Amino acid sequence: MKERLRASLDVAGPLLGLLVVIVLFGVLAPDRFLSAYNLKTVLTQTVIVGLGAVGMTYVMIAGGIDLSIGSVIALASVVTAVLLRDGHGPLVALAGGVATGAAAGALNGLLVTRLGIVPFIVTLGTMGVARGVAKWLADEQTVRADAGWLGGLMTKTPDPAWLLLAKGVWIALGLAALMTLVLRRTVLGVHVFAVGSNEATARLCGVPVERVKLAVYTIAGVFAGLAGVLQFGRLTVGDPTTAIGLELDVIAAVVIGGASLSGGRGSITGALLGAFFMSVLANGCTLTGVPTYVQQILVGVIIVTAVALDRLRRR
Amino acid sequence: MRAMSEAPRLEMRGVEKRFGALVALSGVDLVVEAGEVHALIGQNGAGKSTLMKVLAGAVAADAGALRIDGAPYAPRGPADAIAAGVAMVYQELNLAPDLTVAQNLVLGRESSRLGWLRAAPDRARVERVLAVLARPELAPDRRVAELDPGARQLVEIGRALAFDARLVVLDEPTSSLSAAETSTLYGVIERLRADGVSIVYISHFLEEVKRVADRYTVLRDGATVAVGAVRDASVGSLVEAMVGRRLDEAYPPRPPSARGAPLLALDGLAGEPLPSQVSLTLHRGEVLGLAGLVGAGRTELLRAVFGLAPVRAGTVRVAGVEDRGRPTPARVRQGLGMVSEDRKEEGLALARSVAENLTLSSARPFSRGGWVRPAARDACAQRYIDALSIKTRGPAQPAGELSGGNQQKIAIARLLHQDADVLLLDEPTRGVDVGSKVEIYRLIGELAAKGKAVLVVSSYLPELLGVCDRIAVMHRGRLGPARPAAEWTEGALLDEATRGAA
Ligand SMILES: Nc1ncnc2c1ncn2[C@@H]1O[C@H](COP(=O)(O)OP(=O)(O)OP(=O)(O)O)[C@@H](O)[C@H]1O
Ligand SMILES: [Mg+2]
Repeated sequence: MKERLRASLDVAGPLLGLLVVIVLFGVLAPDRFLSAYNLKTVLTQTVIVGLGAVGMTYVMIAGGIDLSIGSVIALASVVTAVLLRDGHGPLVALAGGVATGAAAGALNGLLVTRLGIVPFIVTLGTMGVARGVAKWLADEQTVRADAGWLGGLMTKTPDPAWLLLAKGVWIALGLAALMTLVLRRTVLGVHVFAVGSNEATARLCGVPVERVKLAVYTIAGVFAGLAGVLQFGRLTVGDPTTAIGLELDVIAAVVIGGASLSGGRGSITGALLGAFFMSVLANGCTLTGVPTYVQQILVGVIIVTAVALDRLRRR
Repeated sequence: MRAMSEAPRLEMRGVEKRFGALVALSGVDLVVEAGEVHALIGQNGAGKSTLMKVLAGAVAADAGALRIDGAPYAPRGPADAIAAGVAMVYQELNLAPDLTVAQNLVLGRESSRLGWLRAAPDRARVERVLAVLARPELAPDRRVAELDPGARQLVEIGRALAFDARLVVLDEPTSSLSAAETSTLYGVIERLRADGVSIVYISHFLEEVKRVADRYTVLRDGATVAVGAVRDASVGSLVEAMVGRRLDEAYPPRPPSARGAPLLALDGLAGEPLPSQVSLTLHRGEVLGLAGLVGAGRTELLRAVFGLAPVRAGTVRVAGVEDRGRPTPARVRQGLGMVSEDRKEEGLALARSVAENLTLSSARPFSRGGWVRPAARDACAQRYIDALSIKTRGPAQPAGELSGGNQQKIAIARLLHQDADVLLLDEPTRGVDVGSKVEIYRLIGELAAKGKAVLVVSSYLPELLGVCDRIAVMHRGRLGPARPAAEWTEGALLDEATRGAA
């Protein structure tokens, strides 16, 4: 019972923070901030970081980190655009983008497990490589292509109007629910937690530690790939310079959501709340005319406060 | 200068502590005189470590009063304890592996001027401590990570010596010490006592308590149940006070087990760097013991067999299939399972639940197509909790909150869950109380009777003689011949362990 309560408390922090900013901006700018249209906007803006955060949660629970996410998103968006430009259908382009992400993630996983280099360094390296390849493929320009139905995935007013929210939002929510289940209810999920909280124990129990690591980086890659495709859908051009530094937003979201950099802890719900919280903050600041530099300071303070509060609560 | 010197060194009265619904301490009294060695004994989960954490300021008591040398003492953190002259040597090691022996000895109390380290006073202190310990492997500039567990434990104890403590708490200090290191420890204790330092000594080895302690306090279920002079108490009466009933046999009779086909055969196995030469055959229904000094290469042997360390030469044959070393997951599939001697580093994922730790080795019984059914898993875990009487709030409690002995039971129960055919047990009863030891011995006997093969590494010779069918001795990486346990005596085992097979 008590353990249940504790698990639900894990997302209480980001939830509370979210409520605070919503009430705050609701009071400061009630008509503009609290409109349905604005809610749609914020949710749509959260999709890219949210998808990245789902994959990053897996990596961080397993005790790793992936700095290449932003670059992989750019690479996947360029690949998607190139495929469309060259006359392939949207479905092929989507598959190509996701596969690019998966390949990049698998490469991260292989480098981490085979060479035994710490994930921070490996993904710092692939971060540069992926960005470079994206620019090379795109010839250092944005790639224009007819987005087809991919372009409709991120429109705030979706085509069948009864969907209410952008299709991308539903896709992200659905996948997040699925990945939450996988994390909580599958053998892989148990192994991810085990590797992150004590790798030696996991090994002793016969957990295929290397395979688990390969799996989490590949998952992170798949989600980055999908985020790249949606990013293309949003911009309707493949931009090799998009999502620079996005990995830091993703990490911030996952950490605000209760994950630990040393592994073994974290939740997808928390990470999504963290991502949403940051979008709401950004959106509210823009609407109330708070300059972006104040906003950046706020985000920094909030990350540290969130982690500090989390530690206090655990004592 | 009133009757200060007549006040006891430490007085703890009516100490209470709850963790949620669990009452860990319910009104404990502990009085330790100046210059005495005071044994604190009790079963796993009785509250010994918790009481000492209260003393160290690591855990805040809910009620109770503490006095040191008559002065009220209410530590709010480890720094207060150090200031009051209380030094703790915890059950689980707390060293910085990347720092040197010398740096660890003075860690947190480095001499400095304006923030700059002053090397000379620290070096003097370190030299003084190392002279007392007098162990050649403890060179001041060695990294602690390079030391084996016994030597690390001595560093930990040396930390208590490095500043002039009035009260030193040793929580199961000998559990990872070799015979030589243990006698070093006894020497250190003797010296401290002669200097008027008081010592609280926690141990599950009652013979040891009889040997080093002056007086004792017995805890049972978080309350003081007996206090007295060790001289007047027999081991039997101490056990009775701890368990609350008489415990007849230390080693339960083994159910009959027929020795079956060979399950595990090693031929000329060599590891990196130890062992150098090991051949043995382990049969179904057999319990084979490995004796030897700490550092002889017994742990390394188990790790090489289990795929956790490289195999340099020789072969491993499991159920007739020969190979030159395989990775751990493959070994697990072959039906091997291992309990590690290093519980904190390797034994358990302390942040995860009891149920997850118990069942990490195999999810098969409660999963379908990769999906886990949590209710079934908890039910499965509950069966082991009941069978081994593991003291826990339930399957969902984080394993790190359990007492040391109960954590060890989880590590063993995991092999039962894995249904391993060959059990590699490295110091399986380390930190386990007398009552539970009997349970573990009984379990080993039952497993053998069911046709499993058990390989036990232990530094506690009576245990090997009590539970094994055959025993072999390892000396500097070489394994001597396995002989029936009845043909060995403690003296003969010790002799071969120090000098090698004739
Ligand atoms: N942080 C904690 N949270 C919850 N329960 C705890 C915590 N620490 C200890 N306990 C519980 O308090 C009880 C006493 O534990 P303690 O570690 O003091 O036992 P012990 O006498 O040292 O046993 P052992 O001989 O096994 O080391 C146990 O039931 C344990 O599970
Ligand atoms: Mg203890």
